[in-house]
Amino acid sequence: MKTSARELPVETMELQMGPSHPATHGTIKFNLKLEGEKVLDCGVEVGYLHRGFDKSCEQATWTQVVPYTDRLNYASPLINNAGYALAVEKLLGVETSPRCQFIRVIMSELSRIFDHLTCCGMASSELGAITVGFYMIEARELIMRIIEEVTGARLTVTYVRIGGLKHDLPFNFSEKVGQAFDKIRKILGDCDRLLSRNRIFIDRMSNVGAISKETALAYGLTGPLLRATGVEYDVRKAQPYLVYDQLEFEVPLGTKGDNYDRFVVRIQEIEQSMRIVEQALKGLPSGPVTLEDPRIVLPEKEKVYNSIEGLMNHFKIVMEGIKVPAGEVYFAVEGANGELGFYIVSDGGGKPYRIRVRPPSFIAMSAFHEMIRGHMVADIVPTFGMINMIGGECDR
Amino acid sequence: MEEGHPNIPYLQEKFAVKILASHALRGDETVVVSRAGLQEFFRSLKEDPKLDFNFLTDITAVDYLGKKEPRFEVVYHLYSLRLKRRLRVKVPLPEEDPVVESLTPLWKGANWLEREVWDMFGIRFQGHPDLRRILLYEEFQGYPLRKDYPVNQCQPLVPEREIQDTFVDQRSRNKLMQLQHNLGAKSRS
Repeated sequence: MKTSARELPVETMELQMGPSHPATHGTIKFNLKLEGEKVLDCGVEVGYLHRGFDKSCEQATWTQVVPYTDRLNYASPLINNAGYALAVEKLLGVETSPRCQFIRVIMSELSRIFDHLTCCGMASSELGAITVGFYMIEARELIMRIIEEVTGARLTVTYVRIGGLKHDLPFNFSEKVGQAFDKIRKILGDCDRLLSRNRIFIDRMSNVGAISKETALAYGLTGPLLRATGVEYDVRKAQPYLVYDQLEFEVPLGTKGDNYDRFVVRIQEIEQSMRIVEQALKGLPSGPVTLEDPRIVLPEKEKVYNSIEGLMNHFKIVMEGIKVPAGEVYFAVEGANGELGFYIVSDGGGKPYRIRVRPPSFIAMSAFHEMIRGHMVADIVPTFGMINMIGGECDR
Repeated sequence: MEEGHPNIPYLQEKFAVKILASHALRGDETVVVSRAGLQEFFRSLKEDPKLDFNFLTDITAVDYLGKKEPRFEVVYHLYSLRLKRRLRVKVPLPEEDPVVESLTPLWKGANWLEREVWDMFGIRFQGHPDLRRILLYEEFQGYPLRKDYPVNQCQPLVPEREIQDTFVDQRSRNKLMQLQHNLGAKSRS
């Protein structure tokens, strides 16, 4: 059989990529329509990790939902915790103590650094820069150790409580964070030297997976994906929550909306997050970390064991749950991948009537075919990598 | 927000017929509208320069079985990037006819969000280009986020789907059959 390059067949081929594929860290299926190696269209199938988050929440008390939120975006569980607690507190009409708010900001930003390091490290190692992948995992581990020391767990942290926190920060926290940040800055410098003028990396990332500002808005993209197109929308700036309005930070923006811009936006956000943490640690006020409201927060063990009021209070909260007034609220926080919103409906009982999460990576995946259309099969890997789809959050 | 809740009075003035109710609990401005002409209503929310709700944040639904009549409510969250304001729009839907107009012509992002609402609540979106289940599989029976769907409900086993020829090479299939034949022969001997 003699076929020259000219006569290669160009009929379209359908190829199914996934649901289990080494380069798609997350279970997802792409139904590709290919012409040679060019992607003509891409259908995305999600839902492989669906475990009924919404339905489970309706069975649990308000407090018992907190561990479920850990399992949404498990690369930044502290942001989910804080977002949920803030939504419930909004419906309760309470505000937590200043120290608690600062600690929530610190822990959220540490989580954001963790998430961005995961995303960038994985994406670069998939493009062959395995060294960068390992360096970033090392940096991630430094953050992980701090989170572990504070919360007692690595991923399933459940650190935030409605009305406060599980407990205060450990001894010598700010020195340890400072030391970790010094190391992370050095590692990021090394990664920058390895990637920023690396021909292979730039060729694979630049002008790939680009999306225009208008399309990004039409699909409702948020987070680094939207900011890479040049739209300045960050919930922390647009509708400041916690104490973000007292802290100084910038919102890095891209211009082209391609994978390279997304990468750069994420790397710059790591630096901004470290700035926020350093400022918050400097301004960290003293005081209690939980509210002293027996209707919301569990009493101290001292009271539970030694007084009938404390025991009854404990029993009521554990068995019946916090009584959240009837109504509905929506509260959005800036998650690592975009706007993470909680829409909660209460009927006045101890259990949520409905909890809806606005999942940033689900919405990002709905625009995936727009990003990949016209590119090569191999470009799916970095584009998907920079979306940083987390199955737990996308499929809930 | 110093100026209070500016959207609701403006909306009431402009669309007095359509707005059934409104509230601003904890500062979240909410309007309840009837489903007639919903797409046009959203188009004016999006294009009116005084409102400028150009960003569709979320679409979801709530089942108020036995609590409210009509039973379902589809909930839309809008955001204005320029004015930095949010608005919640709720559309009540009766149980016997849960249909509402699709917003896909206005926001492409509505596609998956509406598919999820269909998947979980069985609410149909008129004019949606591809209304299929999204998180669950096609053979799933019932709508799990409805309040009358029991939490411990089991689903029947689904027969294996026919593999479509489009992606299975006929040669590899023949080879597979040959292999199975050989293996079978071996186990008999």
